[in-house]
Amino acid sequence: MTGDQQPASQRQRIDPYVGQYAQRAVGMVASEIRALFAVAARPEIVSLAGGSPYVSALPLDAVGEMIGQLIAAHGEVALQYCTAQGDAGLRERICDVMALEEIRAHPDEIVVTVGSQQALDLLTRIFIDPGDVILAEAPSYVGALGAFAAYQASVVHVAMDDDGLIPEALEEAIVRTAAAGRRAKFLYTVPNFHNPAGVTLAAARRHRILGICQRAGLLVVEDNPYGLLGFDGDPMRALRADDSEGVVYLGTFSKTFAAGVRVGWAAAPAPIRDKLILAAESAVLCHSSFAQLTVREYLATQPWQEQVKTFRELYRERRDATLSALETMMPPGCHWTRPAGGFYVWLGLPDGVNAKAMLPRAISSRVAYVPGTGFYADGSGGQYARLCYSLPDPDRIREGIRRLTSVIETEIELRDDFGPAPGVR
Amino acid sequence: MYELDRVVVLAGGLSAEREVSLRSGHRVQDALAEAGIDAVVADADSELLARLRADPPSAVFPVIHGASGEDGAIREVLGLLGTPYVGSVASACQMAFDKPTAKALVAAAGVSTPPSVTLPRETFHDLGAAAVIDLIVARLGLPLYVKPSRGGSALGAGPVHEAAELPAALLSCFAYGDIALIERFISGTEVTVGVIDLGAGPQALPAVEIVPGDGGYDYAARYTAGKTEFYVPARLPGEVAAQVARIAIAAHSVLRLRDLSRTDLIVDEAGVAHFLEVNVSPGMTETSTLPMALEASGHAFGPTCVDLLKLAATRGA
Repeated sequence: MTGDQQPASQRQRIDPYVGQYAQRAVGMVASEIRALFAVAARPEIVSLAGGSPYVSALPLDAVGEMIGQLIAAHGEVALQYCTAQGDAGLRERICDVMALEEIRAHPDEIVVTVGSQQALDLLTRIFIDPGDVILAEAPSYVGALGAFAAYQASVVHVAMDDDGLIPEALEEAIVRTAAAGRRAKFLYTVPNFHNPAGVTLAAARRHRILGICQRAGLLVVEDNPYGLLGFDGDPMRALRADDSEGVVYLGTFSKTFAAGVRVGWAAAPAPIRDKLILAAESAVLCHSSFAQLTVREYLATQPWQEQVKTFRELYRERRDATLSALETMMPPGCHWTRPAGGFYVWLGLPDGVNAKAMLPRAISSRVAYVPGTGFYADGSGGQYARLCYSLPDPDRIREGIRRLTSVIETEIELRDDFGPAPGVR
Repeated sequence: MYELDRVVVLAGGLSAEREVSLRSGHRVQDALAEAGIDAVVADADSELLARLRADPPSAVFPVIHGASGEDGAIREVLGLLGTPYVGSVASACQMAFDKPTAKALVAAAGVSTPPSVTLPRETFHDLGAAAVIDLIVARLGLPLYVKPSRGGSALGAGPVHEAAELPAALLSCFAYGDIALIERFISGTEVTVGVIDLGAGPQALPAVEIVPGDGGYDYAARYTAGKTEFYVPARLPGEVAAQVARIAIAAHSVLRLRDLSRTDLIVDEAGVAHFLEVNVSPGMTETSTLPMALEASGHAFGPTCVDLLKLAATRGA
């Protein structure tokens, strides 16, 4: 349309509800990082990004047969509603699983959830008003930070070292929070094979951490997805094993069986458990009966502990490949953790190099990782990258780290030319 | 009239604009379905050639954004296969996708475009970044706008208000490509003009005025519904609207583009329009401006896509 005969201009904002969203939805916008992860899912990319378990190692035929038998024998239960607390038979089995980490629990203490992520959501829902403080490790699991942000919590990070959460730093954070006239509602911790840091809370620190929290009247949320995936010796004794009244334990079958069944749980003191059940009712009415019975049958009929051993050996081999490749290839200035289990290595980059800023180059070089910024509530952590070794085989891991090394070397050259990337020291 | 019994919408690719491309592709597929054409969405991956060979399509609608989609590579391969496709030929895409080349060719046709320099990162490394940056600021002044010479969706692009911000802007830019286009930033009204040619010559669609929020028209502003306001047609005086339409047609013609394109411009406070860049595979998402302009000009989106496919099928490879 040209000339002076312009029709009336129409204002378009695409989303007619734009002025009506809640404050907590303001930050829900399209992001370049998400766009890059869409590319990372392509097979051409060596993805050291997503934390997906290697479900191809499962005996899929046996699982399929088991599910067929489940429907044939218990279809009217598996395909029906159930209680919000979860299937009683599954909760009994969950107690057996937790016993491997020396937790003595009764099935009544358990609430089955949609993965442990829903337990995080429900806990945050029942404890957090906007602005309330949650203490969490620095760095901390991105999914937990997402749940905390959804309820407008204020996250105070607590430093870790190679032995996990630092007790003195926790004490200091509690004091600092109180001095600011605020009270932390709970401590969120991933004590074993931390996501993303890869470190494990040392046995000697566990009692100290519990003692500090008990004295401060601070609830502990112990998130333990990887506890059975240690590469050396028996599973660590859980925090909840020593304080059933002060610790809510979160577990999941995502890593020991299958992430796709979305079955997790919370083991909680009775008053918290009651609120979790009510919150679960309002959230989902009840969890999938089919998924719960699938896990129950899997635990009852399949050699699941042998399968966990298979996973452990597989992940150990991939961890070794990762550490060996990092040792051989990474340029000076890089440093990394050495996980004794789980899925993750936390890679520190040379000074002045920002993992988030570097990601586009990495993707175009066909390797992906998660920038550290996702693991800090304030978006700091740009000098770190999370590498996940659970999915690619050792050859792909080596190739991925070779590509990543080249990307980092280019970033070092850019840093030398243009100065440090914004957001890092 | 050709039957469009096998239509492939090419979407995805491996560039940072993959997600946008997939959204564009599925929107085109839906629009075609509403217009009675069944289309499949295919990715540009290792299975594509076998798929196109085994079941040659009547025509392909490429909506791959960014490298390989807009640089002509995929279209070159479609040409080798003898597959008809909507849009510009590979050689034209190569010129249009390279922003400095497109600017130079459009400027040679008498169109204003912001003064700029184009430099690879090696130049900064070899000559010393600080000295080169000083020279750029001395020559072009401030503010500036830095973007990768190839790419879209504002990825790696951003304004520079002070000289001290330029190194960081270059770092962001070089994350997406090894050559930077550094332009003098011209403030004004941001508009984009679609051009469509359904066989009767290129026709400019109504200009769309883009009014982003505080953060400028960055990636989030482009693809988050509601973050940006659009005015269709742009709130421009008649003679300025005619000027931007002429420029879009000129860019389309000078670069020898075919079927459809979208030209981005800035209209300064004096009412002078400046060419910024042209897109040979414009976004087709819910927040994209070309479908908006089509609808505003009476071209229903689905039937227009069908017409473009018929044109391609009739034209052949």
